Amino acid sequence: MNALVPLPVLLPILGAGASLALLHHPRIQRWLSLTVLGSVVVVAAVLLVQADRHGPQTVWIGAWPETLGIVLVADRLAALMLLVSAVVTLAVLAYSVGQGMTEDEEGAPISVYHPTFLVLVAGVANAFLAGDLFNLFVSFEMLLFASYVLLTLGGTAARVRAGTIYVLVNLLSSTLFLISLAVTYAATGTLTLAHLAQRLAELPDHVSLMIQLLLLTTFAIKAAVFPLSLWLPDSYPTAPAPVTAVFAGLLTKVGVYAILRVQTLLFPDSPLTDLLLWAALLTMIIGILGAIAQSDIKRMLSFTLVSHIGYLILGIALDSRTGTAGTTFYVVHHITIQTALFLVLGLVERRAGSTALMRIGGLARIAPLLAVLFFVPAMNLAGIPPFSGFIGKVGLFQAAQLDSSPLAWTLVVAGAATSLLTLYAVAKTWAVVFWRTPLEAHEALEAIGTSSAEPVPGHDTGAVRVHRGHVHTAAGTVSRSDIEEARRLGDDNEPERDFHTLIEAGDDNRHAPLGMLLPAAGLVTASVLLTVVAGPLYALGDRAADDLHERTPYLSSVLTEEHP
Amino acid sequence: MTVNLTLVLVAASLLGCGVYLVLERSLSRVLVGIVMIGNGVSLSFMVAGGPAGRAPIVSKGGDTTGLTDPLPQAMVLTAIVITLATTAFVLAMAYRSWQLNGHDDVQDDIEDDIVRRLALRDVTSEAYSATTSDYPGDDSSGDPGQGPDDDPLVADAAETAEREARST
Repeated sequence: MNALVPLPVLLPILGAGASLALLHHPRIQRWLSLTVLGSVVVVAAVLLVQADRHGPQTVWIGAWPETLGIVLVADRLAALMLLVSAVVTLAVLAYSVGQGMTEDEEGAPISVYHPTFLVLVAGVANAFLAGDLFNLFVSFEMLLFASYVLLTLGGTAARVRAGTIYVLVNLLSSTLFLISLAVTYAATGTLTLAHLAQRLAELPDHVSLMIQLLLLTTFAIKAAVFPLSLWLPDSYPTAPAPVTAVFAGLLTKVGVYAILRVQTLLFPDSPLTDLLLWAALLTMIIGILGAIAQSDIKRMLSFTLVSHIGYLILGIALDSRTGTAGTTFYVVHHITIQTALFLVLGLVERRAGSTALMRIGGLARIAPLLAVLFFVPAMNLAGIPPFSGFIGKVGLFQAAQLDSSPLAWTLVVAGAATSLLTLYAVAKTWAVVFWRTPLEAHEALEAIGTSSAEPVPGHDTGAVRVHRGHVHTAAGTVSRSDIEEARRLGDDNEPERDFHTLIEAGDDNRHAPLGMLLPAAGLVTASVLLTVVAGPLYALGDRAADDLHERTPYLSSVLTEEHP
Repeated sequence: MTVNLTLVLVAASLLGCGVYLVLERSLSRVLVGIVMIGNGVSLSFMVAGGPAGRAPIVSKGGDTTGLTDPLPQAMVLTAIVITLATTAFVLAMAYRSWQLNGHDDVQDDIEDDIVRRLALRDVTSEAYSATTSDYPGDDSSGDPGQGPDDDPLVADAAETAEREARST
């Protein structure tokens, strides 16, 4: 019994209510949200220390008899995830306060942002702490509903389009979750995780396998594991930068956490290693190939997000302590990095007026700080040695090599290849965005416009362009107009302007306010610091993995009484 | 455990019809499908709750035999509330989509379409470099159905100039 455990859920929920009541006092509202999230960080840190020293902390809500009520459990893994998510959401909230999210955002309902964001945080915290499957379902719904609102903020055409697909996909996954809950309850008569851990083992194999596959499918949709990942790169990029940042950092990781929890606690005897390894392999490779093809930075990063979920699944699939420890470290690393990248990208978008690669260039001279801020997490994502991405990948590869099956070795090769391709994708982006001059970007864009002016169908008189040994034809009129129309639909802010024209017009003085720069820089610094604290952090991951695979610390702390 | 076959059949047909509707393009039909699926799932919770019995209200020390399992009902209530909220949200989105576009169809991913066309064009241009220039008049590779090149990432000023020189 520890009264601190429910606080990471309670504080944001109460804060959301208060924040709704303070709709007409935006200044107080902002400070309130910051204070709430700041205290959640403190609570989560205390919980982590307690869970690490004294074992899992539990609360049976409402003091119902055990297994009848709802239990919240903060073991090492949950507390660690809680702490990281609290830090990241605090940074994102500070960033959006700096951006003036509630004022500038065109057409956005004023002040809805803060309460919704707090509900999202509460949902994420509840998902980490949930000790029974139904509570997990409810927390998924909390965070999903908040995310529906955040994703369609302002109701612009692009956001409604992307939001439709996002909402429908998540509705279906929630329905699937409900079906698996019904099946689980019918088979076992309980949904408390600790209780299920005992009863599932008594079920016939095929029944428990069906329950496992149902749950895994549900969580794989949330975690964006290939082939259930296709919704993600479409829906994330249209949202405002801080929203995309927090989605990318946290929402998929909640799914990964659920997979890890279910696999270790409920189904220790059925690791499904081969299936998950294949899923990890395909997620990595197809995700990163998608990233290379993109012409918009936000979409490129969304695809790398999908791709790197593969690493996390790899660690889970191996079903070993080293694998789980590797996944734990990699989750912490990846939440920080991905959020930092999207925050910095928000700064780039503000400075250059776009995130389409074709429109921007030459930011290195104009905004050298941004160049550094983007470069560091980008290299970290690719796993360049001193950074934590390298440490995480080495840990996972070691675990795979201990497994020593041919498929695990394939995963090591694929992981290394994915890492290199990530490097290629981010380096290409960095070179285009920061290195070439805005004039080059402008001329390239212009060239496309002129080449379509006099198309000669069926006859390649001119519009032939040589680059990198390829010859491109520019015949055909149909697709051109289609693409241009699509482009116009796709970005409704100043479709005809690129960074060069902005500079020419003297409209490039959109310096990011310090309130945006500081949280982004802070998060980038934190991601670098992960390398410094990698030793203790990895040791903590090891201990968390031990807990997960032993299961007794979790079970004995939840079920203190004997049950028939 | 005995199972109420009627409940199972009704739930199954609701789910089946729901899935059929979800595969439609129009958001309002999809919504009806989602609601039907939601109801089917609620019914399956009733199946999970076991045989029907007396209302689960017990006085202290009272008889507890033959009661219905109250837990699945509590879960179904939660699920119904969530479905209701979802319905409201999707309806609002369908209305907004109708305001903006004049229809409420689920739309394709535009960027994805662009990338796909770029990729399609790249395939033909590989073949093009092997066949053109040596055989004037051979435009087997110049498929007019393919899109033009608008991949500016790699197009720098010199290349642009070269291309313009060729075209004039």
